[in-house]
Amino acid sequence: MLQSNSSHGSVWEVFTQKKSGQPYQHVGSLHAFDKEMALDHARDLYTRRDKPSGLWVVPASEIIAVSPGDGAPFFDPSDDKVYRHPTFYEIPEGVTNL
Amino acid sequence: MEFQKKLHEFQQYIDAEEKIEPKDWMPDDYRLHNIRQISQHAHSEVIGMQPEGNWITRAPTLRAKKILLAKIQDEGGHGLYLYSAAETLGISRDEMIEQLHAGKAKYSSVFNYPTLNWADIGAIGWLVDGAAVTNQLSLRRTSFGPYSRAMLRICNEESFHQRQGYEIMLKMVKGTPDQHEMAQDALNRWWWPALMMFGPHDNQSSRTTKGMLWKIKRASNDELRQRFIDKTAPQAEFLGLKIPDPKLCWNEASGHYDTAEINWEEFNKVINGDGPCNRERMEHHKNVHAEGAWVREAAAAYATRKEV
Repeated sequence: MLQSNSSHGSVWEVFTQKKSGQPYQHVGSLHAFDKEMALDHARDLYTRRDKPSGLWVVPASEIIAVSPGDGAPFFDPSDDKVYRHPTFYEIPEGVTNL
Repeated sequence: MEFQKKLHEFQQYIDAEEKIEPKDWMPDDYRLHNIRQISQHAHSEVIGMQPEGNWITRAPTLRAKKILLAKIQDEGGHGLYLYSAAETLGISRDEMIEQLHAGKAKYSSVFNYPTLNWADIGAIGWLVDGAAVTNQLSLRRTSFGPYSRAMLRICNEESFHQRQGYEIMLKMVKGTPDQHEMAQDALNRWWWPALMMFGPHDNQSSRTTKGMLWKIKRASNDELRQRFIDKTAPQAEFLGLKIPDPKLCWNEASGHYDTAEINWEEFNKVINGDGPCNRERMEHHKNVHAEGAWVREAAAAYATRKEV
């Protein structure tokens, strides 16, 4: 977990929404001492080129993550279920809109 | 005055195809319309697990069983995406469940019909999911951001649902004469309920106008229903099955299929709680919810003892 309350404040993760309606995407992180400062810094750091339609900041310590090493066994259950994909099913030629 | 100005700006924003996010200002009616529609959509996904669940233990092969389990698991997942989207509008999960149990929130009438034979599982995937996906494809463009994003995810995941249903139908029609008959029987029973999923005619639907104005709905009930009929009729023909509508025929001039009228009396009866399985579906949901109470209590007690 990232250290908070150092002389640089704590770490915040930044998410922007590029266009109205699209999902928010992680763009990076920054240091700040409170929410307002985090928003201001996020604007200055991550939105200098394009005006996003939305901006979120989240305290990094609040994010619960699966690390790359744990990933393989953690996500294993979804690996072997090919029948979850439409290509698994044979649809004869001539049938459309399926 | 202030409200009128805000409302005007809100409408302009929507007309510009912008999406509304949970923290944006919105009129109360817009919030309520979305809560009602999204929660009913969520309830439909969850109640929809029951008719298919009926066949898990009797699926004819291990392959069919695994597919059916995966599909039903998806429906449960889709319910959860939608409950979460509705929660961003300020209603809690508990309130939504209460409204369902009190009969204040509805779910799709189609799930109040029984699944009598294995071909019904094929017909549900092909017709019920086919109708649902026709509606959901259109809803990807709905004006409320979280609903729209949930629809995108759901449509992607549902892409196998309809195909697995059609595959079952194909196998049944190629099977023994009895199996062929079961397929026809399933089509006979599911065709009209599937058409009813799109709701009343546009001129009978009180909520359509506002829903369209606010771009919560992106196509009318009749428009979506016609779209579904037009793509499904040729699929039935390919199977060599007959759609149970003597008036169904291709209309060259309109470029659409003509159809007979839906039995609206039946629709109203089922939507108002008097379909073949309404009581059973609701009772099952209530029982399972009550049986799960100890799990929620235990989890909550655990959370107070441990830093989560």
